[in-house]
Amino acid sequence: MSDSYPDDLLYTEDHEWARREGNVVTVGISQFAVEQLGDVTQVDLPREGEMLKQHDAFGSVESVKAVSDIFAPIAGKVVKVNTTLHDSPEYVNEDPYDGGWMIQIEPANPEALPNDLKKLMDATAYEAFLKEHED
Amino acid sequence: MASPSPTAARKTPLYSEHQHLGAKLIDFGGWMMPVSYPGGILEEHRATRTAVGVFDVCHMGEIHFRGPRAAEAVSRLVTSDAAGMPEGRALYTVACHETGGIVDDLIVYRIATDHFLIVVNAANIEKDYRHFLAHVGTWCQIDDESDTTALIAFQGPKAEAALTGLTKAAIATLRPFHFLPGQDVAGHPAWIARTGYTGEDGFEIGSPVEHAVALWQALLEAASAVGGKPAGLGARDTLRLEARLSLYGNDLSDSTTPLEAGLDWVVKFEAGNFVGKAALQRQREGGMTTMRKLAGFEMRERGIPRHGYPITDPRSGAVLGQVTSGGVGPSIGKNIGMGYVPAAHASAGTQLGIDCRGKLAMAEVVKGPFYRRKRA
Repeated sequence: MSDSYPDDLLYTEDHEWARREGNVVTVGISQFAVEQLGDVTQVDLPREGEMLKQHDAFGSVESVKAVSDIFAPIAGKVVKVNTTLHDSPEYVNEDPYDGGWMIQIEPANPEALPNDLKKLMDATAYEAFLKEHED
Repeated sequence: MASPSPTAARKTPLYSEHQHLGAKLIDFGGWMMPVSYPGGILEEHRATRTAVGVFDVCHMGEIHFRGPRAAEAVSRLVTSDAAGMPEGRALYTVACHETGGIVDDLIVYRIATDHFLIVVNAANIEKDYRHFLAHVGTWCQIDDESDTTALIAFQGPKAEAALTGLTKAAIATLRPFHFLPGQDVAGHPAWIARTGYTGEDGFEIGSPVEHAVALWQALLEAASAVGGKPAGLGARDTLRLEARLSLYGNDLSDSTTPLEAGLDWVVKFEAGNFVGKAALQRQREGGMTTMRKLAGFEMRERGIPRHGYPITDPRSGAVLGQVTSGGVGPSIGKNIGMGYVPAAHASAGTQLGIDCRGKLAMAEVVKGPFYRRKRA
């Protein structure tokens, strides 16, 4: 299972992942979310510059079966959007942690970032969370 | 993403087969059914359009009518001319309430002069059986044999070729909406109907429930030899939606009539005195143009229509109705849907607005099936 949930990422209970690089956090959805959704057919993302609070729904992922909201793992400004997902939503299935990234967020208040990140789970905790909620 | 509770739901005789195949199982109308197998819905959809998809439809109901008045009883229940059916014929039709609302959509099979089988939707078995008994219970013997009957759909352009190796039945000359009772498929007693719910050529194969697993395995093997695979409810839904086939509970209900649902062609007013005839006659005389109609539409802007989304008039902004079925059409590369709107907004070319979770996206009403298979 460890391959499914890289160690350098943090995870939410809604199955987003967050990767911190300096003052920017990249966001996507986890392998578990991808498996639950099945074939992704449309991804709707916010515009650059949009301000998000932690847990705000910032976009949606549509699969053949259903539509699901995606939530902001931290508060901040959307500084970059993966626009390739507009025409190639299948990247989310094929490569959820790399080509399937969705947005980059820069915290409005950098001092709040560690606190926001503290509320997320590391890979071990996330896998335990998934096990706990298996049924 | 809540997981289903497996306790209450019923299982088909193929349940453990689905588990072995690694299927995602969900509670669908009280039945634990496979949504998809590893590989996913789109792959199963494609396999059915290009080769064969094998579907567990054991959850569907089988209700038999036997006796000298069986033809009369079935004719009283359905809007088509059941009494006029020859033996070996299958017929898609509906049963209505006195109000004209649809009790269920179903397929009637005439097995013999005095023996009919009606295949009904899984979620409606008890309701249908009660409805049948209430109206014609004293006319003939009516038996719900759903629990002892297995049903497997074998659908796709290579279905005939794949099935030929498993049976001596004359399937090459079996025409659509005809069936062969008393056959043998892979050593199992079975009836073979040239019917389905995918928009493809194909068969539905019924057998006694104790043969279900072995029959399923034989059919899967024959399918995989031609590039086919097992397919779940997810693919069944995208396939039937592309073929613009209605789903009871979404597009049809106790409060929609066959005239509204675009099923005028199964209503034979001259065929006799079926339940609901008077109400449907009144509705027809009231004018087909004043009622609401089930419209099929293709999205012209980005958006995936889904069950329950409001349909609006793009000029006035007024809400016209709701999407009853919608989603992606993998074989046509378009997003498509259906929904009830006033008849004035239901003709081909009409522009509709679909409220996709707060984002308005334009759609256009189209005529006929979204997908048509190429005929050989």
